[in-house]
Amino acid sequence: MGIFLQILIDGLVIGAFYSLIALGYTMVYGIIKLLNFAHGDLYMIGAFIGFTLLSFITGDGGLNTSVLGIGMIFVITMILVGFVGMGVERIAYRPLLLAPRLSILITALGVSLSLQYTSMNVWGASYKVYPISLPKNGFEIIGAHISYSQIGMILLSALLMLGLRLFIDKTIYGKAMRAIALDQTACSLMGINVYRIISLTFFIGAFLAAGAGIMSGIYYGTVNFMMGFIIGLKAFTAAVLGGIGNITGAMLGGFVLGILEAYGTFYLGGSWKDVLAFGILILFLVFKPTGILGAKEMERM
Amino acid sequence: MIRKYKKQSLLLLTLIMFILPFFLNIYWLDVFTFVLFYVVLAQGLNIVVGYTGLLDLGYAAFFAVGAYTTAILMTTFQWSFWSTLPVAFLLAIISGIIIGTPTLRLRSDYLAIVTLGFGEIVRIVVTNLNITGSASGIYGIPRPSIGGYVISTQKDFYYLILIFAILSVLIVYRLGHSRIGRAWIYIREDEDAAEAMGINRIRLKLLSYASGAVIGSFAGSVFAVKMTAIAPLSFSFLQSVMILLAVVLGGLGSISGVVVGAALVIILPELLRGADDWRYLIFGVALVAMMVFRPQGIWPPQYETEDEDPNDETEDLDGSNTKAPEESPSL
Repeated sequence: MGIFLQILIDGLVIGAFYSLIALGYTMVYGIIKLLNFAHGDLYMIGAFIGFTLLSFITGDGGLNTSVLGIGMIFVITMILVGFVGMGVERIAYRPLLLAPRLSILITALGVSLSLQYTSMNVWGASYKVYPISLPKNGFEIIGAHISYSQIGMILLSALLMLGLRLFIDKTIYGKAMRAIALDQTACSLMGINVYRIISLTFFIGAFLAAGAGIMSGIYYGTVNFMMGFIIGLKAFTAAVLGGIGNITGAMLGGFVLGILEAYGTFYLGGSWKDVLAFGILILFLVFKPTGILGAKEMERM
Repeated sequence: MIRKYKKQSLLLLTLIMFILPFFLNIYWLDVFTFVLFYVVLAQGLNIVVGYTGLLDLGYAAFFAVGAYTTAILMTTFQWSFWSTLPVAFLLAIISGIIIGTPTLRLRSDYLAIVTLGFGEIVRIVVTNLNITGSASGIYGIPRPSIGGYVISTQKDFYYLILIFAILSVLIVYRLGHSRIGRAWIYIREDEDAAEAMGINRIRLKLLSYASGAVIGSFAGSVFAVKMTAIAPLSFSFLQSVMILLAVVLGGLGSISGVVVGAALVIILPELLRGADDWRYLIFGVALVAMMVFRPQGIWPPQYETEDEDPNDETEDLDGSNTKAPEESPSL
């Protein structure tokens, strides 16, 4: 019984990372119908910028960093990566918004390669050990060890998602995003600066992915320039699972995928867990391409 | 100029390729052998991405199918190289259909992700199975022989892959200019219109996947006997990306463009030795720049149509419009 709970909690933590990244995929897809391959790499860039800033304040990997300092680094990193996301949109995607879909997909692939190998040239190809690690203390519940930091990460992710939900539902910018997703031409006729809102969408997507990046860096302890590739694919799986273009769906999909994968790893062994995730992706795309929650938009897939 | 002397210049190029090994040292011979591998692979992918417009990001999987089929049959079952080719052919068609079938209903972006997922699944499977030698791969693959002559030197393999490359160029050229090829291009330009004109979308897409897969798997078979050892690392996502890059740089759907693209993708990094770390960064930027500034590639396909006027590409497509309906039942 304990082991089940343990796996569930581990799955929730990984699922939280997937959800945060999946949100960026799903928002960009919802607004301009672009599959942003480079999104996983923004997560990686976030992890690395966080790594640099954290190394800077902790000096030699000491643990005497205040919570406030780490919080500041979270915010700075997320904003920086948000700007990287905006830059990517401006340079690579905006000139191609009206181009054939094949071109823009190939561009996205090119951006992904560029980000990965820029990172490799800046930070090196080897694994980097994160300068801070998590306190291990926690509590035992029916034989499962749950650390406070795991709970903290799940809560922080939930907080970010709640914030996003409120932003989209309550602010004028969120309203503009929802409107553009429905009809881009009509929006520009109504005086909405469509390009600015698209830019903002990329900013938010990258912002959330960077948050997941730092958290996973702290959680796993190491970062590498290739880390964004597989997790980007899985986050995309999560977005499809929940129904692409659907914000709540992406959150749900991330947690579902994280939990499925955690149990899958336990029963099938670690080397097959990626096959499980891709298998789920293919099955969903073939049999239920609208995902768990996305029942509305059917014609475009 | 080039158009006028097309046949002659092609013959000349073929002749140059045949006598080239006598002027190259062993290092450049190896480089050119890899160029030819990429020519074969890129022509195969050209059918799928260039002609039919299906973005396949897991093409290295077919390369792996051929390589592992040949390697396993030659080491574990002691078959000869030539008898493994029909098996590779069959398995490639089967895997092309397995990958093609679930993606038939999907539009470009989902298709790209699904093929990427399949490519990764194939890589993970060969990394974990015992019969494929797990992560260390298969080694000690014997040399092939023709009538008692064992193909073993660098030069022999250069000629072997050169023959495959010429065959693949001819086959892809003929396919592209056949009724099937025109139907593929029509599907790429407008799938719904093509279907409305009576083109059997499903059968032609599967045919496209299967043809691409067969060419890729033959490249894999030759790769296995040339290297004598294969490992999952050769069939990674980056390999698929590099093949795609060759097609995109050269020009989607363009035979000569794809040959130039394959040469660029292999030779450029050799000229840029010392800038190894920058290689993929440059390629990534090149992909973006090509799509933004010159999406049709270095050598676009329009000059390859046999028509006199290079501007009547659209008319060529119209020709297939009008022909397709009455002939489509046989497709």
